[in-house]
Amino acid sequence: MISLIAQQPVIPEFERGSECVRENKQFCSDWFFDNFDRVFGPRVVEHIELTAIAVGIGFVIAFTAALIAYNRGWFERSFAIFAAFLYTIPSLAFFQLMVPITGLSRTSAEIALVSYTLLILFRNTLTGLQEVPEDARMAARAMGLTQGQILRRVELPLALPAIMAGIRIATVTTISLATVAAFIGVGGLGQPIFNAIQSGFKTEFVAAGLLAVLLALVADALLVLLQRILTPWARARRV
Amino acid sequence: MQTFVDAIQFLFDNLGLIWDKTVEHLALSGAAVGVAMAIAIPLGVWLGHLHRGSFLAINVSNVGRALPSLAVISIGLGLLGVGFLNVMVALVILAAPVMLTNAYVAVEQVDPDAVRAARGMGMRPLQTLLRVELPLALPLIFAGIRTAAVYVVATAPLAALAGGGGLGDIIVNQPTYGPEGVVAGSIAIALLAFATDGVFALLQHFVTPRGLRKRGKEPRLEPQVETAAA
Repeated sequence: MISLIAQQPVIPEFERGSECVRENKQFCSDWFFDNFDRVFGPRVVEHIELTAIAVGIGFVIAFTAALIAYNRGWFERSFAIFAAFLYTIPSLAFFQLMVPITGLSRTSAEIALVSYTLLILFRNTLTGLQEVPEDARMAARAMGLTQGQILRRVELPLALPAIMAGIRIATVTTISLATVAAFIGVGGLGQPIFNAIQSGFKTEFVAAGLLAVLLALVADALLVLLQRILTPWARARRV
Repeated sequence: MQTFVDAIQFLFDNLGLIWDKTVEHLALSGAAVGVAMAIAIPLGVWLGHLHRGSFLAINVSNVGRALPSLAVISIGLGLLGVGFLNVMVALVILAAPVMLTNAYVAVEQVDPDAVRAARGMGMRPLQTLLRVELPLALPLIFAGIRTAAVYVVATAPLAALAGGGGLGDIIVNQPTYGPEGVVAGSIAIALLAFATDGVFALLQHFVTPRGLRKRGKEPRLEPQVETAAA
C-alpha cells in the first residue's frame, strides 16, 4: 500500500526551532504564535473566501431554482434528483475530477463546493415557502397584493427561518469540505493539514485542525445570531 | 463520459482490489459505528429516561454537525499519530453526537401516559425503561444510528489520507489508478453508502414494535444518502 504520510517527520527550520519543535511534540504553542501570521493567517482568509463564494453562488442558484420549483411542480423533482446526485460524489474525487477540466484552480474547487450547497439550500428554501400558511396567503390576496408582492412581503419573510437554517447547514458543510479542497492546492486551512501530512509535523496538524473547527463553530454561532436579528417575531412567539 | 465507461471497466477488472478495500472500509466504519453506539446510546437513553440534560443532548449534535471532518482527523493525527486508531477515534467523534441526540429525543418523547401506566402497574424504574420506554423509542434511536452510519461510511475515505486504508486509497492515488480509478472508487463508495442505508432501514423496520408500525409512526424509511462528506 502506498502511504501518503512521511515516515520520518520533517521539522521546519530544525536548527532554529525550540526544544518542543525539535522533538515534534503534540503541540508547540511558541511555534504556533511565532508562525501564525505566515502559516495560518492567510489560510484562514482563503478559507473564508472559499466558503463565502461557494455559499453565495450556491444560494443564488438554489434560491432561483426553488422559486421556479415553487410554481412548477415538475421542476422540483428533477432539480432535487440532480442536486442529490451531486451530493453523492465523494469530495476527494469531485475536486480531482474537476482538474482536467478547469485546472488546479479555485474555479475547480468552487464548482465542487457550490454543487454541494445546492441540495441543502434548495430543499430548505422550498420547504420554507411551501409551509407558509394558506391563510396568510389568502389574506394577502384579499388585501389586493399582487403575486410578486405576496412573494416579497408575505411568503419570503415567513420562509426566512427555514432559509436561514439552510444557509447555516450549508456554511458549516462548506467549511468542512473546503479543507478537503486543499488536496488540489487551492489554499485554505486544508493546506497546512496536507503540508503536515507531507512533513509529519504535529503542531501543524493540531493547529490547522483546531482553527478549522473554531472557524466552523464561530460561523455557526454568527449565523444563529443573524437569524435571531432577522426574525424577531420568531423569538416573540416563543416567549 | 469515456472516463465513466473506463471506470466501470476498472471496477470489473479490479474486483479483487475493490473487494479488499471494501472490507477494510467496512471494518473501519463498523468499528467506529460500534464504539460510537456503545458510548452515545446508553448515555442518550439514560439522559432521556431522567428527562435531564436536554441542553447538552440536543446541542451536541449541532456542534457535531459543524465539526469539519478532515480537521478532526488532522487533530487526531497530531495527538494520536498515523493509523487505524486515530481515524477510528475521529470517526467516533463525528458519529456519536447525532446518535446521542436521537437516543435522547427518542426516550424523552415517549408518551408520558404509557410511562405513568407502567408505574401504576408497579414497574420499577429500570423495568419501565427496558419494557416500555426502550421498545417505544427504538425506531427513532435506530434512525440516529442509520444517519450516523451512512455519514461514517461516506467520511471514511478521508481516512486514506491518514493511513487508515479503505476505498479512499483508490481515490487519493490517482497517479497509480488514474482518473478511471477515482471514478470507480467514488461509485463503490456511493454504492456502499446506499447499501448501508438500506440495511439500517431494514433493521429499523424490524425493531419497530408492531403496534407502532400500524399507526404509521415509523420514522422515514426512504433513502437519504449524502456521500459528499468524504
